[in-house]
Amino acid sequence: MFADFGFGVLVITFLLSLYGISAALIGHFKKKQAWVESARLSMLLTFPLLTLGALTLIYLLVTNDFTVKFVYDVISFDMPLYLKITALWGGQSGSLLFWSWLMAAFATAVTLRKWDRDREFLPWVVIVSCVTIAFFLGLNIFFENPFAHFWVSVSGEIFPATFQPANARLVTLDEIGNGTGLNPLLRHPGMIIHPPMLYLGFVAFVIPFAFALAALVTGRTDDRWIRLTRRWTLIAWLFLSLGLVLGGRWAYDVLGWGGYWGWDPVEIAAFMPWLTGTAFLHSVMIQEKRGMLKHWNMILIILTYALVIFGTFLTRSGVLSSVHAFAQSAIGPSFFIFIGVTFVISVALLIYRWAELKSEGQMQSMFSREALFLLNNLLFMGILVVCFWGVISPLISELLTNQKVTVGPPYYERAAGPLFGALLLLMGIAPLSAWGHTTLKNLAAQSNLQLEKRYALAIARLLWKPAVPALLVLIGLFASGIRDIYALIGLTLAALTTSITAYEFWRAARARSRAQQENFFVALWRLAGRNRRRYGGYTIHLGVVLMALGIIGIEMFQTQTQKSMAVGENIQISGYTLRYDSLAQFPSEDGRQVTRAVLSVFDKNGALLGELHPRYDVYPSGEPMTIPGVRSTLADDLYVVLVNWEGVSEQTTPFKIYHNPLVNWLWLGAFVFIFGTLIAAWPDEERETIPAQARSTQAAFQPGD
Amino acid sequence: MKKLFSILLFVTLFAAAWTSKAAAQDPQPPSDDDVNRVARQLFCPVCENTPLDVCPTEACRQWRALIREKLAAGWSDEQIKQYFVEQYGARVLSEPPRQGWYWAFYLIPVVLLLLGVYILYRAFTSMRQPLSESAQVEAAPESPAAVETQGQQDYLRRVEEELKKRN
Repeated sequence: MFADFGFGVLVITFLLSLYGISAALIGHFKKKQAWVESARLSMLLTFPLLTLGALTLIYLLVTNDFTVKFVYDVISFDMPLYLKITALWGGQSGSLLFWSWLMAAFATAVTLRKWDRDREFLPWVVIVSCVTIAFFLGLNIFFENPFAHFWVSVSGEIFPATFQPANARLVTLDEIGNGTGLNPLLRHPGMIIHPPMLYLGFVAFVIPFAFALAALVTGRTDDRWIRLTRRWTLIAWLFLSLGLVLGGRWAYDVLGWGGYWGWDPVEIAAFMPWLTGTAFLHSVMIQEKRGMLKHWNMILIILTYALVIFGTFLTRSGVLSSVHAFAQSAIGPSFFIFIGVTFVISVALLIYRWAELKSEGQMQSMFSREALFLLNNLLFMGILVVCFWGVISPLISELLTNQKVTVGPPYYERAAGPLFGALLLLMGIAPLSAWGHTTLKNLAAQSNLQLEKRYALAIARLLWKPAVPALLVLIGLFASGIRDIYALIGLTLAALTTSITAYEFWRAARARSRAQQENFFVALWRLAGRNRRRYGGYTIHLGVVLMALGIIGIEMFQTQTQKSMAVGENIQISGYTLRYDSLAQFPSEDGRQVTRAVLSVFDKNGALLGELHPRYDVYPSGEPMTIPGVRSTLADDLYVVLVNWEGVSEQTTPFKIYHNPLVNWLWLGAFVFIFGTLIAAWPDEERETIPAQARSTQAAFQPGD
Repeated sequence: MKKLFSILLFVTLFAAAWTSKAAAQDPQPPSDDDVNRVARQLFCPVCENTPLDVCPTEACRQWRALIREKLAAGWSDEQIKQYFVEQYGARVLSEPPRQGWYWAFYLIPVVLLLLGVYILYRAFTSMRQPLSESAQVEAAPESPAAVETQGQQDYLRRVEEELKKRN
């Protein structure tokens, strides 16, 4: 009866979050601090309670309790323990529970912070978080109960239901037998880490949104909400980025199409909140430093929240069938209504406060930091439009004309490619904006040209030194025979961005090492420590450039060939020769039937480089899984797929071979990227000493504000 | 004689043309790479969002076999794609065809992007207006209360700035 206990916990948490919403509302409108405190405590309890609920489900999974429908759907006896645990998010209802659980973790963490200065935000942060948790728990309770049992009716029919139907009895384990087991594509170590990262990224963005709404409702329209959530936003963004990269790596490892990103609607669903989130991370800096773009930041965070829910909706509702749509159900309409209602309320609040969110600063010039950041935002929004349109237009077409259309990679590559290129360029000149207009003005002071021209001139002066290596790279690429114009532009931009960023690090560190008499590397370290956000940001940019290198490599220089070979035959690709040596079939320990080929790889001169072992496994359920054999170096990947679906026999075995240049830089770049984000998000030590003074100055304004 | 010669000429030319055409049509059976080249541009209606060249289902295998047949019969890539469109509709293509209503699909994102550029331009110009102008207009009817709140706001802002430095 563990399942009933779990369901009870869900219901109690659901009621508790509803209570939290009511208490916060009463506390806010009646100005009663006790009610707000009660609301805070109820939100504090959501995480421990849902932990209990999630652990109950994990217990049922680990103990193979197949009388529970969810367990039956995602587990079988032969699965290893780690997959049984991760199966928690391997199916619809479990992953919704997992979503609420993580959301509750963040909500609880927020309740534990010091609220002294921001009491007025508290009820609204509680309301937004609890509404979100209650919505997801509601889905679990009313539509997709992970704790539903199997029952046997009088006629002997087995069916699932939450409560015992009339004349039915609980099914016994013997009647059920073995469960179906997890989809083979999900039986991968990536399953441990990719979905949790993505979900953490999703739910963590709810926190800045909650503070934004709190700021709108309470009318505290300064940038306090942004300062409070800066680190939350960075963490959310880090998780979401990690989720995306890990998803790409997983696809590369198991899907066997030779790529990491297929512009599948479900991938895009996770990418869209990342786009608005990234734009938000940049544009909030302008509000913090100059008091501008207040409306825009609100719009961005509202969009991000809507896209987070929309992304979950796309993945969970089965509205778009795609390779990721493992789970389909009838929860679509509730999602749709929830997105609509929260979006309309947020926008209405924003319009209500529109006049109060007036800009405090003004634009200095087209080359100022503000202008560059606005341009950056435009590009991110452009990519968002491309993505959003690509995802919804098949639906629109189906609605209007009853004809579905496919929107595939060519559309996205053509439309988003130039925008990504422009972003790369913008990222390159970003460090220039850090100098601010005064430095530039001084640099341009001598000439009495028009303001814009003076800026342009000053930028040219700053730019020429780092531009030299980029030009050398361009010449080198051209000399090595690369004539693809987009590849030349892309790689040159990558070189330019790297050299400007490196130059910026070098300049600043050298200046510091001279002024402070420090060793250059010590100076570099301390410099990054003093302005973590800026230098963390630059490090992230370097990571992105490395990733761009990998993407350019695989997107523009990938070659592939397919051939059916007999043992002993050769196949050539991009200077490599692969010899098909042998094929073996054997059962694995957990009951899979493995078919594994051995190929020897030789380079141009005929030297043996190693062996590759592409294979495919057939699970006891009959589902096949193709696992490529990959030889990975910094220069390129050789990626061999055993094309089992074309029919494999002793005489002839079809192989598909991809040559993916530079793709490893994509994964390496991701590490630099993570490192940079950690630099930017690392907590400051001295931070805790401030509040004492802050409180005393702030107290004077507390009552009326 | 002359007539016979012209008939002979005609026959030989015809035969030559025939054989050369046959030779051009069937030099060798299409390779897997040829099949994949066409398949990559097609999506079967069942396995949505999986290009035909990497789709493992039986239906897609048959489609690829069909492509191979058509290639062997001398069809061009475009003809084969057209054939599938006629059989199964425009959704087999990797993007909507550029005709009729489908143009809206291509135009709408461009219009939205241009709109974005326009909004950005407006933002630039409006933000470059000196703040003092608008501030003066608003500050004109100054009551003592307003002065007081103004002073308070200034102080608050200074406090905030001080805090920012420490943050």
